[in-house]
Amino acid sequence: MARFEQDVAVYDSRRPDEPPDAHSRPTSEPAWVKWTLIGIAVLFLAALLLLPLLTVFTQALSKGIGTFLAAFTDPAGAAAIRLTLLVTAIAVPLNLVFGVCAAWAIAKYEFWGKSFLTTLIDIPFSVSPVISGMIYVILFGANSVLYPYLHDAHLQIVFAVPGIVLATIFVTFPFVARELIPLMQDQGTAEEEAALSLGANGWQTFWRVTLPNIRWGLLYGVLLCNARAMGEFGAVSVISGHIRGKTNTMPLHIELLFDSYNFAGAFAMASLLALLALVTLVAKTLLELRYGDELAATRRH
Amino acid sequence: MDIRVQNLRKEFSRYPALNDVSLAIKSGELIALLGPSGSGKTTLLRLIAGLERPTDGHIFFGDEDASGKSVQERNVGFVFQSYALFRHMNVLENVAFGLKVRPRDTRPPGSEIRRRALELLDLVQLSGLDRRFPQQLSGGQRQRVALARALAIEPRVLLLDEPFGALDAQVRKELRKWLREIHDRTGHTTVFVTHDQEEALELADRLVVMSQGKIEQVGSPDSVYDTPDNPFVFGFIGESSALPVEVDNGELWVGGRAIGLTAPDMPRGHAQLFFRPHDVELVPEGAAIAGVVAASRRVGGTRRVELEIGGAAQRVEIDLPFDHPAGEKTRIAFKPKRYRLYPAAG
Repeated sequence: MARFEQDVAVYDSRRPDEPPDAHSRPTSEPAWVKWTLIGIAVLFLAALLLLPLLTVFTQALSKGIGTFLAAFTDPAGAAAIRLTLLVTAIAVPLNLVFGVCAAWAIAKYEFWGKSFLTTLIDIPFSVSPVISGMIYVILFGANSVLYPYLHDAHLQIVFAVPGIVLATIFVTFPFVARELIPLMQDQGTAEEEAALSLGANGWQTFWRVTLPNIRWGLLYGVLLCNARAMGEFGAVSVISGHIRGKTNTMPLHIELLFDSYNFAGAFAMASLLALLALVTLVAKTLLELRYGDELAATRRH
Repeated sequence: MDIRVQNLRKEFSRYPALNDVSLAIKSGELIALLGPSGSGKTTLLRLIAGLERPTDGHIFFGDEDASGKSVQERNVGFVFQSYALFRHMNVLENVAFGLKVRPRDTRPPGSEIRRRALELLDLVQLSGLDRRFPQQLSGGQRQRVALARALAIEPRVLLLDEPFGALDAQVRKELRKWLREIHDRTGHTTVFVTHDQEEALELADRLVVMSQGKIEQVGSPDSVYDTPDNPFVFGFIGESSALPVEVDNGELWVGGRAIGLTAPDMPRGHAQLFFRPHDVELVPEGAAIAGVVAASRRVGGTRRVELEIGGAAQRVEIDLPFDHPAGEKTRIAFKPKRYRLYPAAG
């Protein structure tokens, strides 16, 4: 809190601006070190990130725009896109709610078993996605204890959309919660208490005070969660059964096309997936630009 | 609004933070809860606000038992130690919050809310800063926004937790005077918590001195300063020196010498003599407290010396005029002009 006054104390308007290179701070490096480090970073990024991204788009368009578009109009391809969007549309909002609840409970309350819960949230990060997929196959598959009941209720989970949704939720669960817990812990409960003392009820306090305070962290978590939900391969691959046009999501469809030597199609689909990721990134940057002042203000705490 | 606290007890996981506290606060009074950290003063304030539930006991707002009421129902204005301003709202929105969240049937129209918020900003001398965000304000300005926000809900009582704790000395003094003015103008019953005795003495109508979850003394600044009830209060409020003495025949003795002070009502035995370092007179040797100077330092316009009494390890502090010639090992005799005697513990 006191940081503001300190800033003011250090800043003196009567002091002339220093020329940028007039003196070197103890923490600054010679120019050649600086540029070498920047050069290494840029080269590394170009080789490992930009080049592959470029390759995806050039390969996708290598057989002309017609072939490129055909990949999406093809019934199996279109079904894969629809399925991915459907799964994401279910998994992300659910994880948004779960994540906020979990972060709220962990950050604002003291209870028995809290550290255990915190560890549980991290499980999807530490467990290989393939294993997560297998867990659901074992849990709901034909040999499981639950299967007879599921069968009687005509509920198909494994090799069907519900299974894919479950696996995706499992894999993407930590993103929102992990993003929010440190933020909410840092913010404490003082503002909530203030809102309550001013007469706000619990619901008003959440909507008007808690949520606005975490909105940037929440948005960031949701974007990460969204990107992962669309791109998840391992867990979904195990539980989906790879039924073409039915349980193939975009990443699975890409693999299928790739394995059948349809490179143009595979890369066309891949470019769409990459494009979705880029749109997410652009959306985030735009929001940051639009609300930059507020963001900076929040971060200063 | 009168506030009555009756046999209040609060335990945090079995550890008592407040032990059987009773207190009556008169309407329109400005009262300070004063004590060292861990004395339970903030706990008492939060219990009055309804931010904590008492383990036992009752809190009355007027004649109404508020013990079971939620913080919203109590309608108190609470100013938090770190202000707890809503960081995503500007100053005006912060002040208007309490009115905006009212249920529809008691909520004033938007224009009225705005008018009242601006009026309050005027009262706390922040006109023109209504569009700023809390991060763009100085500590003292934030403090005043927090106060305006608390006043906006027309609270029945105003509660302030270490209101000047995070401010530097200069701002602190200004705001202290200013809070007194606001209080006199609005007439709210006001309770504030502080560990700064100077602040409490200057600002409050009455002090509540607390220690270890109990109230040690309640009274006006004058009575608490001049007639402390017990050694803790004497030691905590103002400067003090203490000296173990013997009481015999209504006279006080140190190391076998009468020191020329009387205590007609004290029984024979050990006692503690308390006095203020600045409230002494130097006397020629004789029936007085005598010692040699062991250390001295300059405090403001006077010189404070540490005297070693009777060759024993007992040291007391007294103030001398800064031009007094006493140096190391000088022998000095003095008598406290005013003093209090408390029976030795145990």
